[in-house]
Amino acid sequence: MLHSRTLLAATVAAFTLFSAPVRAETPADTLIQAWAIDDIISLDPAEIFEFTASEIAGNSYEGLIGYDPADVTKIYGKIAESWEVAADGVSISFKIRPGRTFASGNPITAEDVVFSLTRAVKLDKSPAFILTQFGLNAGNADEMVVQEGDDTVVFRMDKPYAPTLVLYCLTATVGFIVDKKLVMEHEANGDFGYEWLKTNYAGSGPFTIREWRANEAVVMERNPNYSGDAAPMARVIYRHIPEGATQRLLLEQGDIDIARSLTAEEIDAIRANPDLKIQEGPKGSIYYLGLNQKNENLAKPEVRQAMKYLVDYQAIADTIMKGKVSVHQAFLPNGFLGALNDNPFSLDVARAKELLAEAGLPDGFTVTMDTRNTPEITGIAQAIQQTMAEAGITMELIPGDGQQTLTKYRARNHDIYIGRWGPDYQDPHTNADTFARNPDNSDDAASKPLAWRNAWDIPEMTAKADAAMLEADADKRAEMYIEIQKEHQQTSPFVIMFQEIEVSAMRNNVNGFIVGPSFNDNNYAHVTK
Amino acid sequence: MSDTTTGGGRDSALLLFAWKAVKLAATVALTFLGLLVVTFLIGRVVPVDPVLAVVGDRASKSVYDRVFLELGLDKPLYEQFWIYLQKVLTGDFGQSFLTKRDIVDDIRRVFPATLELATVAILIGTLFGIPMGVWAAVRQGRLADQLVRVFGLIGYSAPIFWLGLLGLLVFYARLQWVAGPGRIDIAYEYAITPKTGLLLLDSAMQGQWEAFRNIFSHIILPAALLGYFSMAYISRMTRSFMLNELAQEYVTTARVKGVPEWRIIWVHALRNAAVPLVTVVALSYANLLEGSVLTETVFAWPGLGQYLTNSLQNADMNAVLGGTLVIGAIFVGLNLLSDLLYTLLDPRVRRGR
Repeated sequence: MLHSRTLLAATVAAFTLFSAPVRAETPADTLIQAWAIDDIISLDPAEIFEFTASEIAGNSYEGLIGYDPADVTKIYGKIAESWEVAADGVSISFKIRPGRTFASGNPITAEDVVFSLTRAVKLDKSPAFILTQFGLNAGNADEMVVQEGDDTVVFRMDKPYAPTLVLYCLTATVGFIVDKKLVMEHEANGDFGYEWLKTNYAGSGPFTIREWRANEAVVMERNPNYSGDAAPMARVIYRHIPEGATQRLLLEQGDIDIARSLTAEEIDAIRANPDLKIQEGPKGSIYYLGLNQKNENLAKPEVRQAMKYLVDYQAIADTIMKGKVSVHQAFLPNGFLGALNDNPFSLDVARAKELLAEAGLPDGFTVTMDTRNTPEITGIAQAIQQTMAEAGITMELIPGDGQQTLTKYRARNHDIYIGRWGPDYQDPHTNADTFARNPDNSDDAASKPLAWRNAWDIPEMTAKADAAMLEADADKRAEMYIEIQKEHQQTSPFVIMFQEIEVSAMRNNVNGFIVGPSFNDNNYAHVTK
Repeated sequence: MSDTTTGGGRDSALLLFAWKAVKLAATVALTFLGLLVVTFLIGRVVPVDPVLAVVGDRASKSVYDRVFLELGLDKPLYEQFWIYLQKVLTGDFGQSFLTKRDIVDDIRRVFPATLELATVAILIGTLFGIPMGVWAAVRQGRLADQLVRVFGLIGYSAPIFWLGLLGLLVFYARLQWVAGPGRIDIAYEYAITPKTGLLLLDSAMQGQWEAFRNIFSHIILPAALLGYFSMAYISRMTRSFMLNELAQEYVTTARVKGVPEWRIIWVHALRNAAVPLVTVVALSYANLLEGSVLTETVFAWPGLGQYLTNSLQNADMNAVLGGTLVIGAIFVGLNLLSDLLYTLLDPRVRRGR
């Protein structure tokens, strides 16, 4: 047996030779984040709509205007120096701040602004509706967004919309300004440089995007031509680490600086580690149950009401989500204009049983729930399944992959769908538009808002939401939304449960990371370590 | 493909060779066509709307309808397949909806990561598996045999996800023998210029030994883990092939003639057992080259397994079909290779008997 033993010894020797301690702190001028970045499908602001890409764009591009993430009512100019709403309310003119440049060194001009906004409308990618909802389309874009004089851009609309609505929409990634000269150098077949820009960069933010390797990494570098204060970090790297447990190990070892997608379990463990800290920030995403009104049991008002008493909101927030959500029962997230922060429902099996009896279902009924197969959604669903059972409702969970459950939901083939909805921009209309508007409940309707997906036919509430969209007075507008939410909370087929809190864990030496209400507000331009 | 019949003259041998080549080409082409048809159909029966993956949940109806037409989903299924087939024959595998890049580029990026990991893993699996199998066969029924079998059984049945995390916890977090998940430390990331995409090879060719060491310390744990799994299989098969050989008469004859025991085992018996072992190793290698989704997930390894799974979950059919073709090519290629090795190793096949 001499031979095999020699072989074994040689291998062990080789192993130890190569694997002496390999300790590598992250470089001092580089911020390394671990996140699941496989949602990125494009780096073109006209197309970006996913969490990760939004955050990347938020740190590498700039819009006309921005808002303070700590107080979203404070809107300030970025590329625009000032703006003015016309007396008739159907146009806003933006004066462009002079002397600023793109990362390429090209100056930022009114021409770039007109190009960027009309380009987004003409390309008509997924987020284009944020601009086209003001009456813009590929045919009229060149008349609706025009340059006046050297440094002014006029944005025209088909109706006098609430000015804050328009301004907030322009803070979304689809309104970010791209470098016309650079983009058009790469134009092919009249595509406005889309083929090129979806994997490249033409912005003016504190960081530039050097490289995107799908499912692997995104590398960003400090923008040498940034017009504001230079970022302390020379590089920011996103590493695709899909598994939370792996992220935690890397963070504990100091191989990454920030872990972005930890599960509740890992967060608990990290709280106990003195080398690490947790940073939390409320996000706009809402967790809810959608009750399909095509199901005859769920269509009964008493059943809808009963369902709202059969969720143990606080227990789920505390034990399953462990601080990743707060209880919130209205469709506008806290922090939005007109948000309603009343939480009238809590687990009350007796009340639910009464309601079920009134509905003629004293023994309960059987129903299914399509459940995305992530640990957290599954955990919440199982908790709800248990409390529903206490009132005699047998709920069968149908697990599925994200796209799979969504396909079914959009076809209205579900009974109950457990979902998470994030606002598209910072204005209340974004959520009112989907939770409280359903202009056409027919099967072949053009738009599929959440109210449509649950076959909830609400012509009156739709009219109220439309009116709120046009109210110029902010206080009055807030009241209108509160009224809609109060009615919605009681009658809608939505069991609205939680508002998301984004929880990141980082090394103790990382400072200045800002978690904003939406992903493009997450900011690391001032991070030091 | 390795059956050989004895031919008469030179002409008929040539004819036979040509006939075999044609037959082989036809088999390969049919295999690929079959693979494409099945994968294509699976992609169409998966209850996922491919348009959704492209436009997301929020797109307006006009955007949705436009992409639906762009993807050709309005055409009948056979026509969609025919269009795809024509493109593939001209070398155009299309673009991935998700990464917005050509499939060929994507695969060129993710496959080397898997190839590198699989190669190191199969080396580990073979170098340990074969001696262990031989050892177990020689000590049949004794403690060593039992140990090897239990060790193999654990390798075969423990969930790799769990074993991977455990390995990271012990060897990376506690003992700090190896580097963590990922292929290379950021510090070395730009020290080497990617040529082959196989980082060990690239760094060695460029004389970047520090980087080589770092890459090695990243790859060794996932490779050892995957190697353990193939080792479990290889050692079990080696054991049974060896037992078969050791019971043969030529072994008894050799012993009677006084040939040293080690020579009987390692030269005579193993040489004969090696013939079927080649197929076992080749198949294990092919399995590893498919990419292991779970290992790649735990170790944040940007390989083919993760790429394909992600594509399939999002109904990114161009990517799935492209990846399937690559895997198909690997299986066909390795099968041919093992047939070739057969002829080299087995004199009976070589002489056409």
